[in-house]
Amino acid sequence: MSDPVVRTRDLCRRYGRRWALARLDLELLPGQRLLVMGQNGSGKTTLLRLLSTATQPTRGQLTLFGLSPSRQLLAIRRRLALLTHLPSLYEDLSGVENLQVVARLLDVPDQSARWLDEVGLDTRAEPVRGYSAGMRKRLAFARLLLQSPELALIDEPYGQLDPEGFKLADRLVAKLAQRGVTVVLASHLVERAAERCDRALLLHQGLPRWQGPAADAARAWRSLNRDAA
Amino acid sequence: MSVFWALLHKDLLVGWRGKARLAGLASFAVALLLLFSFAVGPDSAALRDHASAYLWLAVLSASTLLLTQSFQQEVEAGALEGLLLLPVGPQALYFAKATANLLLLALLAAALLPLAVLLFDLAPAGSIPGLLAVLVLGAAGIVGPGTLYAALTAKVAAQQVALPVLLFPLVVPPMVAAVKATDLLLEGDPMGQLSSWLGILVVFDLVYWALSGLLFGKVVDG
Repeated sequence: MSDPVVRTRDLCRRYGRRWALARLDLELLPGQRLLVMGQNGSGKTTLLRLLSTATQPTRGQLTLFGLSPSRQLLAIRRRLALLTHLPSLYEDLSGVENLQVVARLLDVPDQSARWLDEVGLDTRAEPVRGYSAGMRKRLAFARLLLQSPELALIDEPYGQLDPEGFKLADRLVAKLAQRGVTVVLASHLVERAAERCDRALLLHQGLPRWQGPAADAARAWRSLNRDAA
Repeated sequence: MSVFWALLHKDLLVGWRGKARLAGLASFAVALLLLFSFAVGPDSAALRDHASAYLWLAVLSASTLLLTQSFQQEVEAGALEGLLLLPVGPQALYFAKATANLLLLALLAAALLPLAVLLFDLAPAGSIPGLLAVLVLGAAGIVGPGTLYAALTAKVAAQQVALPVLLFPLVVPPMVAAVKATDLLLEGDPMGQLSSWLGILVVFDLVYWALSGLLFGKVVDG
């Protein structure tokens, strides 16, 4: 059996006096797709930031690809990619130039036109500053594809996108899955996202409330919302 | 392409794309030089005596705007966090950013020099390459710690105030050395003091760049 891509034991993160995430035990095997659900402030983004090594745990253990972030940070970062509500782009550079920056840093061939085409954007010279929110999101997806990660962490894949964009996001997640990429996907569109995942985790006020098959995610989500109401 | 060169290329490209901001920066520095000149009045002896101090005050003031701008784009759409999550060491990030800032600030200082010669009625006694070398070393004394502090204050609402408050006390020694060395090259060096001031400048540059490079990771990768 393969080693887990993600393994957490009693993972906790505190901001000031508030525990944004606490007592999370999680294991993800290569190629698994986990949907993370929860209301605003439930700890979804904190979890993704912890898994991306953008932030460090206050307590508990985290290993990624069997490596420790405190000792092998760059080796881990080479193998993962994070897509958040902030597109991580340079506003004064064009879409192509933004992708070229990442390609140079990763020392991979420049295939910007291919990645842009994949997300439905062209190679226009216009700076990103002139892009709509949806176009930025598509460009952020192109950046993620360029990185060819083994672990893709995607926060709100449908945010800022139009209905066509929703389909694109679904297609891209499916493509990542086909390539055997492990995906952690946080979304409020539970039913839609659950179709693209095989496991689900429900967070509530920073605590893991439920873990199970993605097929049962919508029921767990409705139950939480009923209790909250 | 090594990570350092890739980052330097990116920083210079982003800087070049913000040409309007760079033009504003140059106009600000020119306006400061003109103000100093008008404030002292037609006393050309007084202007000559303090010309190097006026030149470095203009460069220092403009540097705070340059340094602030250099991190504005990085935090604007989460670009810096995106960079940090790539397999890029913080040292490479620091040295590329500081080198890009140094190139731009040294270029600005070199562009101000002929204007200072004209405004303050100077007849440089030392060599022009020597003067340019002092401008580069002096600019390095500012951008070394300045790049670190610009990163530190990048997410502070009052960055334009916080940056000079933190930076100016720290750059007093290299600024004194740069002013003295510039003065000796402009007015002549009968006592042979230039090498001592240059030595001080080089030592401060090396210490500041080395320390800032070491600390940068703690500042940006919390």
